Amino acid sequence: MAEEKVIKPGPAGYIPKPAAFLGVDTPPPGKALLYGEVVDEETAMREAAKAMLTRRNPTIFPGPLVLWGWNSSAIEKAKAVLELASEIPNCRIIPMPDYRPKYPKINPEAEINPNHPNLTILHNRIEACIFVGVHCHYANLSLRMIRAGTNCFTIALCAEMGHEDAMVSLRDVHADDIRRFKDVVVEMRKELGIEWEPKPPPENPSLPKEEWTDVSPLDFGEYAYLLLPRKGEIVEESE
Amino acid sequence: MMVEQKVVDPDYLILEAPRERKFITGSQAFAEAIKRANVDIAIAYPITPQSETMHLVGDLWAQGYVKDYYRAEEEYGAMSAIAGAVRGGARAFSATSGPGLLRGLEAIVSWPGHRIPAVLGVMTRVVNAPLSIQPDNVEIAYLLHSGLIVLHAENQQDVFDFTLAGFPISEKVDVYLPVVVATEGFFVTHAKGYVELPPEDMKLPPRDPYKAPVPPTDCEIPPARIQRDAPVQKSNFMSYLIHAVWQQEVWSANERARKWIKHYLGGLIEVVNPKAEVFIVASGCAAAQGREAQRYAEMEGLNVGLVKIKSIRPFPAQELREILKDAKAIIVPEHNIVGWLCKEVKAVIPNGDRVVEGPRVYGGMTLPVELIMDEIYRVLGIKKAKKTLV
Repeated sequence: MAEEKVIKPGPAGYIPKPAAFLGVDTPPPGKALLYGEVVDEETAMREAAKAMLTRRNPTIFPGPLVLWGWNSSAIEKAKAVLELASEIPNCRIIPMPDYRPKYPKINPEAEINPNHPNLTILHNRIEACIFVGVHCHYANLSLRMIRAGTNCFTIALCAEMGHEDAMVSLRDVHADDIRRFKDVVVEMRKELGIEWEPKPPPENPSLPKEEWTDVSPLDFGEYAYLLLPRKGEIVEESE
Repeated sequence: MMVEQKVVDPDYLILEAPRERKFITGSQAFAEAIKRANVDIAIAYPITPQSETMHLVGDLWAQGYVKDYYRAEEEYGAMSAIAGAVRGGARAFSATSGPGLLRGLEAIVSWPGHRIPAVLGVMTRVVNAPLSIQPDNVEIAYLLHSGLIVLHAENQQDVFDFTLAGFPISEKVDVYLPVVVATEGFFVTHAKGYVELPPEDMKLPPRDPYKAPVPPTDCEIPPARIQRDAPVQKSNFMSYLIHAVWQQEVWSANERARKWIKHYLGGLIEVVNPKAEVFIVASGCAAAQGREAQRYAEMEGLNVGLVKIKSIRPFPAQELREILKDAKAIIVPEHNIVGWLCKEVKAVIPNGDRVVEGPRVYGGMTLPVELIMDEIYRVLGIKKAKKTLV
């Protein structure tokens, strides 16, 4: 490990160079990135676990690839994320449900948005976070802005090739790998002498209580008109 | 008619499959690559004067190798349709040149920001006016600052290899950018050369639009509308930083393409005689002439090397600094008046006064090897009677 860390918690400045311009490349299969250097997965996981256990307000940011039940692996991955969250003391989950710019502004306690992720980080004083299930392009945008303007330690659990701008980046991460990381968290927690009974993270305070009993056309927002027949229209066939 | 094709691993098809030698034009080399690339749609606006590339690709559609062919109404429409098709999950190919390229340029330079993996053939033919339909690669200069991956083919073999490899490079999740395969029109597209081809009964796997750094278009279906469009910079509620880091992401992806270009094409450069005293640094057809000049020089006992630059974007800055560190002089022959490659080389090496700006030919002129030899003699202080070229 080089003495000078290439990629470390910020604030790195007004518009820092991206890690790829600094010679950092995504890790090869079976390896991980730690502060911009290629290391074993175990080493990276231990450093990530330590950050989530020792820094203030640890938070997991799940993206659309785990928030929405696209397929069975997404559902399994979401379960693994919840298991991981329950093992990190006082861990919160703040979702990145989509990538749309939100007007006039987001509620930073309810969500994180890739167009200004630093708002959520700064509002909640988050000093360690995990990105999981966020499409790589948007994860990279967010990781770069967080490194520029905050002191947050970023961890990317990527299902693809990894992220150079995170302090810790694991690649090819699926449900089993998240559970492996959870085991490392538990191990590190014991090493650090932190006592904690696993429990789910608190409910997101801004979301209305979901009863899962009915779906309103209003849930479809501006697309509701696609679902509802127009006045006088009789729909005789559907797919 | 169409030969039944089996899907094989890209590494096998590009790097390992047995090859058979054929004598074909550059346009045919483009078509042979498309035949094996499992292309969903070809889109073009082919008009006269043109190379026959997109006509040959049209034949591939008729034979069943290409699933769809859309003839657009003009170049802007063609290049916009490429973006639409690719965002819809298709693997797409188009080809263009000169003024047509410039007409489509607004759409083309938006592809990297929209993360559009596609392959675009550019058969350079100069930009009007004056009108020319002869080779001159000045239009490549217009492509260098948009985030596109730009490969420059020396000959028919390169056209085939770069085009076929362009698809897997373009579609890597950490890259996901369009790949331009440029070559000199006429000299390469219309002329025949030997090309080693893998079997035509093999093809690349189909594109998987879900293996991507951005959501595929069908994620726009409610209720999970998650949107991949670039944010419109119209609101005070938007951070300007989002636009900045988005641009950084495009160029970071361009950087990440290096390893895949090395993997599939053996490197961003090719070097002949790495211990040379004088180097010819060239790309495209100028590299072919440079190769001949290097051979002539070697026959005369002169210590001259060649650096052929295959990838203009990403640019092989590190490789050039290393190979040229002890060079006494660097000759950069080009097929354009502005010397875009010369500027690129000068910008990345120390002691730029070692770089000889030329020889350059343009407007469709050929590049005689003797012009390069004259520069070699000059920098080595060899006095020779100058031949008169007519």
